[in-house]
Amino acid sequence: MELESLYQQIILDHYKRKVGYGINHGGHPSHQYNPTCGDEINLQVLLSADGSTIDGIEWEGTGCSISQASASMLAAESKGMTIDEFEKFAGGFREAMRSRGEIVLDEEEYGDLASLSGVSKFVARVKCAMLAWVAAEDSVTLTRGSLN
Amino acid sequence: MFSHEDSERIRGAFPELRERVNGVPLVYLDTAATALRPAGPVEHESTFALTRTAAVNRGAHTLAAEATEAYDDARATIAKFIDARPSDLVFTSNATESINLVALAFRLASAVGAPERFALKAGEEIVVTESEHHANLIPWQEVAKATGATLRIAPVTDGGVLTVGAVESVLTERTKVVALPAVSNVLGIVNPFREIADAAHRVGALVVLDACQAAPHMALDVTATGADFIAFSAHKMYGPTGIGALWGSASVLAEMPTVLTGGSMITRVDYDSADYLPAPAKFEPGTPRLTQAIGWADSIRFLDDIGMDRVAEHESSLGAVLYRLVSAVDGVHVLGTNVGVERVGLVSFAVDGVHPHDVGQYLDSKGIAVRVGHHCAQPLHKRLGVDSSTRISLGVHSTLAEVEFAVDALARVRGFFGVA
Repeated sequence: MELESLYQQIILDHYKRKVGYGINHGGHPSHQYNPTCGDEINLQVLLSADGSTIDGIEWEGTGCSISQASASMLAAESKGMTIDEFEKFAGGFREAMRSRGEIVLDEEEYGDLASLSGVSKFVARVKCAMLAWVAAEDSVTLTRGSLN
Repeated sequence: MFSHEDSERIRGAFPELRERVNGVPLVYLDTAATALRPAGPVEHESTFALTRTAAVNRGAHTLAAEATEAYDDARATIAKFIDARPSDLVFTSNATESINLVALAFRLASAVGAPERFALKAGEEIVVTESEHHANLIPWQEVAKATGATLRIAPVTDGGVLTVGAVESVLTERTKVVALPAVSNVLGIVNPFREIADAAHRVGALVVLDACQAAPHMALDVTATGADFIAFSAHKMYGPTGIGALWGSASVLAEMPTVLTGGSMITRVDYDSADYLPAPAKFEPGTPRLTQAIGWADSIRFLDDIGMDRVAEHESSLGAVLYRLVSAVDGVHVLGTNVGVERVGLVSFAVDGVHPHDVGQYLDSKGIAVRVGHHCAQPLHKRLGVDSSTRISLGVHSTLAEVEFAVDALARVRGFFGVA
């Protein structure tokens, strides 16, 4: 498999830019850890007062270019989504990552995240791409739980 | 190093070296994780399974007798390889299980306060090192938790060196067991295990040596190591997965409590009690790993045919070149020193600005197989100030051309990821 299909320039850019890096607000962060490589992330989803909309995502962590770029893109793309939209969005991303190259993410819908489509062909790297998403879903559950 | 002819002959034994990965020839530099398998031993193992499979140590028929004889011969071959008596060699699933057997024996003895050498109580101590593989650390954490004993950690230097003095600094008359690696699976440094074992014995402690990274790469004489227990594994010695061994000195094995029980390890059995066979049988209940033992013995004959002294010379010479070349790459930092220490052919390193997973992926695209991550040694990585690393490890089939090819690719990694 071509290395360039995995590491598109936009991924390497996000790896350096790290949108949303730094946890600066109180919230309900989720800590996720990948025991096979030692990558970890602490990520929180900031919700509107009524818990319906994503105001932003903040995260910190260490990891490979795929895991860091995925977190950065997630933070950039999910801002302003309703929780329902986000759940559908995350479901679609997960399905694509598990598709072993069958599903290519739509650029209209997924923006920069579409560049991660190639990851699904590298089975060992799917966990890297999913790390931030697992944390985001967990943080949403924690945050909404605290609102009830 | 091996002559070109010898190297070609050895490489010819490994079908995987003729494979292409991602359209390029395979350069296998991950022997420390799992060694490739030579064709001869695998073919023999397969033929054996197809023609000689039968119950070992039971049955009066010819096939059963032949299977038993082959199994005993395999044990004898493996024992001889480490200058041990077959009766002191216990088969296990892998080295992790070998160490766990000893650790569980300590827990069982501690629960009843006997035998004394294996019984730990609050205030007594277990010593491990900062360079431990998880397999020789976590079982001892569990023993400490279960018994109230204290786990003490012998430090390594910033260069990863474990000195006898460092171990002595945590040894007391309360130390009952000292666990250490013969060779660190991250650093490739050969530890002064004989001197450490002697120091441990001076305070009356038992010594558990993790020899996984030593047994495939150097001649090992178990008695000369000074250890009471040695754990090692077939799959790092060009043998099959699913089998490893625990060697123990005869007197210590005789005293060690049984851990797993059942058939094949008994003499008399009544409804309320049973008598056990001596070692190794008392540690090997159930149906034995017959084909795996045959396969392992054959892989050991393969190594013996080359000669372990020659294997050690080849791999450490090539390893020294590897260390020098990797160290010279811009932005690459090798873990562990090469000054004043003996090393095997293994180098772990961090690359500035590039995560090991990405390093490994880049190398894989060139057909180069390396290990990335924490190599089951998270505490050591933290101690050395990195989260994880990339590891290149050599085997009998490794060549100078492969080392140069890999280092050349490594030198391009930072450029590819735009951090050079």
